[in-house]
Amino acid sequence: MTLAEHLPVLPVLLPALTAVLLLFIGDSPARLRWARAVALASVALGAVLAVRLVEQAAGGTLGVYQLGGWPAPFGIVLVVDRLAALMLALTSALALPVLWQACAGWDARGRHFHALFQFQLMGLNGAFVTGDLFNLFVFFEVLLIASYVLMVHGLGRERLRVGLHYVALNLLASALFLVGVALVYATTGTLNLADLALRVPLVPAPEAALLQAGALLLLVVFGFKAALVPLSMWLPATYAAASAPVAALFAIMTKVGVYAILRVHGVVFGADAGASALLVQPLLLPLALATCVVGVVGALAAATLPRLVAWLTVASVGSILVALGLFGAAAWSAGLYYLLHSTLVVAALFLLAGLVAAQRGEAGDTLVPGPRVAQPALLGGLLVLGAASVTGLPPLPGFIGKLMLLQAASQHGAAVAVWTVVLGVGLLTLVVLARAGSIVFWAARADLPAGGAPASWCAWAPTALLLGAGVALSVFAAPAQRYTAAAAVQLQDRAAYARAVLGGERAQSTRPFRAPAASGPVSPPLAASAPDSLPPTRPALP
Amino acid sequence: MLSMEFLFASGIGFVTAAGVYLLLRARSFPVVLGLTLLGYAVNVFIFITGRLWLGAAPIVGSSPALADPLPQALVLTAIVIGFATTGFVIELALRGRHEQGSDHVDGAPADGAATPGEAGPLR
Repeated sequence: MTLAEHLPVLPVLLPALTAVLLLFIGDSPARLRWARAVALASVALGAVLAVRLVEQAAGGTLGVYQLGGWPAPFGIVLVVDRLAALMLALTSALALPVLWQACAGWDARGRHFHALFQFQLMGLNGAFVTGDLFNLFVFFEVLLIASYVLMVHGLGRERLRVGLHYVALNLLASALFLVGVALVYATTGTLNLADLALRVPLVPAPEAALLQAGALLLLVVFGFKAALVPLSMWLPATYAAASAPVAALFAIMTKVGVYAILRVHGVVFGADAGASALLVQPLLLPLALATCVVGVVGALAAATLPRLVAWLTVASVGSILVALGLFGAAAWSAGLYYLLHSTLVVAALFLLAGLVAAQRGEAGDTLVPGPRVAQPALLGGLLVLGAASVTGLPPLPGFIGKLMLLQAASQHGAAVAVWTVVLGVGLLTLVVLARAGSIVFWAARADLPAGGAPASWCAWAPTALLLGAGVALSVFAAPAQRYTAAAAVQLQDRAAYARAVLGGERAQSTRPFRAPAASGPVSPPLAASAPDSLPPTRPALP
Repeated sequence: MLSMEFLFASGIGFVTAAGVYLLLRARSFPVVLGLTLLGYAVNVFIFITGRLWLGAAPIVGSSPALADPLPQALVLTAIVIGFATTGFVIELALRGRHEQGSDHVDGAPADGAATPGEAGPLR
């Protein structure tokens, strides 16, 4: 096989191998330069791979990779469609500036930062390319275990306290994930997403109750990762306590939850899912609207800059989930476009909060009048750009994303609610960021000595790069929009996905003990009955 | 006569209930124990999604009936991941206990009841 055929697995392998190499290099001060060079080179190479995959996927081909050569429903497959390639590219676009920023000094404040960063990328990339529900769980765990350690990177009381909460909550969520996956497997007999999409409609109504319970448990888990109300309270505390580059990297973690909701609840339990069709539709839209409101109200009440940005993350995830909850190709396209922009801008704001805090001496990141910052024009300019984008002022991408969302919602029954919330949240976001900006830059106390040295260009360039990528999304809005629209249409074409992954549109089962036509496709758990075509071999249990 | 299904279902339910109870305690050690118990319950739950069989091997052709091999493979993965994360959370809890002078999950209580070097009683 040529290298091109192995392309879908490379985004997972590259960070994994780099991480192992970085563990060998170690992080003693003498070798830190080498570790930085290797890590940056690997992320840059990953970006090249992602661009190559986007090019391939843009033509509409599904890159299917069978691990170990096992055919589809039996082995694990990696599938790179337009959406997966887009998420890989977004991860790379985020990781490169964030890693650059971390190399300015944060990476030396704890051990093995670079190796953990690569493991985190491996988990993220794996979660985006996998075509198997249990494999998704495994990659979730990979990225979570890396994030547990990155979260407490730099240590300190507050980080350890919040870190324990974060780990305990995520372990609980992982347990629920496993229960959900087990219920789905018990009722359908498969974990392959393509196979699942074919088998879910075949589950008859009475047994579908268990399947739906499993799917709703998965919504709880993915909603927890995505910070969907009422499961969003952990996020501001965690992100505010993490170091600035780590918080910026975590901006993509909520999007993993969004991605999983889209794949599982948007497609597998989508419009064609028989008795389980549109399972989460009545829940997702109201909860997403509530997430927007809670996020922006939390940002209004935030006392520190990182906490404010973290609450804005919640609000932006809410906007994306509103688009998902509208269940239509146009709305999903708007959601994907908004996802790209909000991830980059929120990450830039986290980095910016770190830069501002470093120049304010005692006041740090708290929102009280403090010493003047050393570079008010530069940092203020970056804040204005980020604020305008996250608020949705034209001509920045936030405006285009919200416009697409409002247009997609105009034909929907809940159009009034969506328009009110999206526009109201935009206004309040403007108030929040204007208040923060005036306190930090205008209400500075001249009687205090300046808090810190000006940042070198190396330190602020990554933030500018992230915001610049956001602006580029606006300049190249037409191609980006065409791509997201095509990605949304491709997502809804379940037949083509099944043909590419399984080689057919017939539902297959991976369960060895069930005959093809045994009184309905499934039997309820715990009531084991031998299929009709086999002799009744199950002996009575004692 | 209790059926095996009933025993499994009630056993998982009981262990889950115990795990949730411990998880809601305010000290880090019971929380870790609660997470471990939940992990056990979940592992057994995954295992029985392959249905309860007696005298059936998960290998084609070895016996007239076939047990489903996939949940057994899934359980192995879940056990390994659960073991690793439990090890990490214990270390994190110890570190937090050392750093804050208290094993309360929210750090030292406001009244300063817990002093460094001694863990307070369960509340």
